[in-house]
Amino acid sequence: MIAYLSRRLLGLVPLLLGITLISFMVIHVAPGSPMDLLTDMNPDASPELRDRLAEHWGLDEPLPVQYAMWLKRVVVGDFGNSLSRDPRPVIDKVAEALPVTLVLNLMSLCLVMAAAIPIGVYSATHPYSRSDRAATVFVFLGFAMPTFWLALLCMMLFGVELAWLPVSGLQSLDYNSLGPWGKVLDRARHLLLPVSIAAITSLAGMSRYMRSSMLEVFRQDYVTTARAKGLSERVVVYRHALRNAMLPVITLLGLSVPGLIGGSVIFETIFAIPGMGRLFYSSVMGRDYTVVMGVLVIGAVLTLLGNLLADVSYAIADPRLRRR
Amino acid sequence: MLRLQINKTRPVSGHRMHGLVLAVALLALAGCKSGPGGNDAGPVADIDLSPATGGAILEGSIGDASNLIPMLAGDSSSHSVASLVFDPLLTYDRNQDQLEPRLASSWDVSEDGLEITFHLREDVRWQDGEPFTARDIEYGFKTITDPTTLTAYAEDYRQVSLFEVIDDFTFKVTYDKPFAPALASWNNLVVLPRHLLEGRDINSATDFARHPVGLGRYKLESWTAGTDISLQANHDYYRGRPYVERVVYRIIPDQQTQFLELKTGGLDMMGLTPLQYSRQTSSDAFKNNFARYKYLANSYTYLGYNLRNDLFKDQRVRRALSHAINKQEIVDAVLLGLGAPARVPYKPGTFWHNDSIEDLAFDPARSRQLLAEAGWNDSDDNGVLDREGKEFEFKILTNQGNDLRLKTATIIQRRFKEIGVKADVRVIEWSAFINDFVDKRAFDAVVLGWSLGLDPDQYDIWHSSKTSEKEFNVVSFADQEVDDLLDSARRSFDRQERKKAYDRFQEILVEQQPYTFLYVAESLPAVHRRFHGIEPAPAGIAYNFERWYVPTALQKHSLSPGG
Repeated sequence: MIAYLSRRLLGLVPLLLGITLISFMVIHVAPGSPMDLLTDMNPDASPELRDRLAEHWGLDEPLPVQYAMWLKRVVVGDFGNSLSRDPRPVIDKVAEALPVTLVLNLMSLCLVMAAAIPIGVYSATHPYSRSDRAATVFVFLGFAMPTFWLALLCMMLFGVELAWLPVSGLQSLDYNSLGPWGKVLDRARHLLLPVSIAAITSLAGMSRYMRSSMLEVFRQDYVTTARAKGLSERVVVYRHALRNAMLPVITLLGLSVPGLIGGSVIFETIFAIPGMGRLFYSSVMGRDYTVVMGVLVIGAVLTLLGNLLADVSYAIADPRLRRR
Repeated sequence: MLRLQINKTRPVSGHRMHGLVLAVALLALAGCKSGPGGNDAGPVADIDLSPATGGAILEGSIGDASNLIPMLAGDSSSHSVASLVFDPLLTYDRNQDQLEPRLASSWDVSEDGLEITFHLREDVRWQDGEPFTARDIEYGFKTITDPTTLTAYAEDYRQVSLFEVIDDFTFKVTYDKPFAPALASWNNLVVLPRHLLEGRDINSATDFARHPVGLGRYKLESWTAGTDISLQANHDYYRGRPYVERVVYRIIPDQQTQFLELKTGGLDMMGLTPLQYSRQTSSDAFKNNFARYKYLANSYTYLGYNLRNDLFKDQRVRRALSHAINKQEIVDAVLLGLGAPARVPYKPGTFWHNDSIEDLAFDPARSRQLLAEAGWNDSDDNGVLDREGKEFEFKILTNQGNDLRLKTATIIQRRFKEIGVKADVRVIEWSAFINDFVDKRAFDAVVLGWSLGLDPDQYDIWHSSKTSEKEFNVVSFADQEVDDLLDSARRSFDRQERKKAYDRFQEILVEQQPYTFLYVAESLPAVHRRFHGIEPAPAGIAYNFERWYVPTALQKHSLSPGG
């Protein structure tokens, strides 16, 4: 296992290097520069300002030199300062946005799993029944609905008409004066809409996956054997079939790890959530190279680790893989 | 902020610094106030409505601020917050016309216009208790003119050849040549506390940039990145403490979300879109809770012709194209009537706008006639004019993300088709649009906007010396008389003399039509009715923000101090 892990980990290094090299080149080759936001169509800015900014940020060096300099800093964990008007370290900006996105996505992933597995199992055990079809229609409606539209409708219904939930944001303005339970409640009220709406759109994929995987397993010999032994249907479904049907779902979970840190711009914009999606979008629009690279590298590392994690959990769920 | 961000996605930049900061700050305030809302009805007859201190206002802001040091800020959110924390030496009045004192109690301009002496107020203190003196301005001046300072606003200050501190509360600046925009340039950009910043690299002073110590109406209380910025009234403000105790900018990037927040009391003030203003806010319930305002923004949208392109070298052709465009139709369709057609690059209703000029009327027949005079006829009967075997076709470019400009271009396209001119509309992402097309002058025509400074100087946009790459005479307009007028007008402090020059300048622009000036949009702020003391003026509603108040009976206490 340890040999397996270290081999896999070592393999990640060249992969990561390649990813950073390509990302670095692509973002630098795209038209525009971090100076544009300040100097484009701004008669107040003198022409030398562009040159001074470029020099200050080291953008006057040839691209390979810039990449080498960047790499040298990143290796020791320094992602540099943002090239925007808010020149704080990249790591600070990511540290502000990452927890928000992570918590939100984790909660919505939990919600998806909590709903998708029962729906999938139920649909598989009652295939082509009326309730199976109803569940199918429901999850596909959620899948097909544009998030921003659904979000606005829910905000209007629960926020404005019924006034049960806050419309946007993550906490009330008087959050700091609330007691500990008040804080929890306040957070929960703010998170309810974004978490459920984010969940509803990915419910379809996961529950359909669960359903087909279950149906597949039901056709296997060992399920027939279990039934032939006279085990109750409950035991057959939950002990023998479900565990095996979970394997592909674990893969899917591993693949969704990078998604956990990549926020959605539209979603975060509508709910006024200061997450990774907005950070990344605004840094790309402003050609804030250091932030863009910081987010990409962190994303790439997490993606690769996520894949690794999925493989490892595979090994745990399936003893046959461990020996290889 | 409303105009700048919503209609243009990116700030269109100002002509001159002072103009930009002021306009942006005012618009931003105007466009984006908001506060703890609720169901208070409008004023009720039997409660005490006299001015009172206290209360809070929640403003919606589309973007987060980035840097609260005014000379380093580049976005309108930062400038609008900074304008509450820092005061200028002098500022334009409510009519956006005359300068009135702030930190400077008076100023003298020498006979030849080369020397300006400022007399500062002696009763001003920084928010940490230190006295404010001419040494602070000296520090600010040195910093902004220091080549290592990464500021976009140094140009006006570079014109100064000598800066002398006379005594603690007097300083004198000397210019090599008289420079009329100089006076208004002494705004809040150079107002920085020397005792806190001297000896430090201002570019990396992020602690100060995020927690500034100013001397303005409000002081920064807290700033949660991407979420909200909270300010508290400065009780020692030298012009009297503001009534409203607390200002909270809530960062809500989506305007529809802002609108829902406004309705549920999560905001007290926001800038409405034309659609929200005309279709979604006419109910009695809304009107009982919110007052809506509208006034022309300090910016305009235009169709600019590349004068290096052979198609547009003939003045008759440009006039023909202008005659073919129905500006009122664009205002009605794109802005839902909430704007005004533009004739010249000045705001209608202001001192500098030349009211006596007749605009080119919408007249397609006249267009065809002018085009025929210029040699354009439809010889092959295919609906498109041609001359010497070449058809009259070109591309109108505009930037992505600005729906108003795209709609405008589309309407123009159809009107051009009616006179036999084939125009294609292309939308291009901002960076590529500016770098690859506008800067390289590689375009036929563009739909773009400028924001207007409050000083009438437009040297950078129209002078023939400003046509090289990255400069702002993007259509390469060159006219000797205009050059002379712009030159002389920026060298004179005599308002009547300047007015005469700019009036003639506007006549030439209308005659030659290097741009077809299209429209000036309106700012449309909505403010909760519990706020009193709002007096709409040409400058908008935010210029007297410190005089707004909430009568005691209407104050909400949901925002406890420190909360």
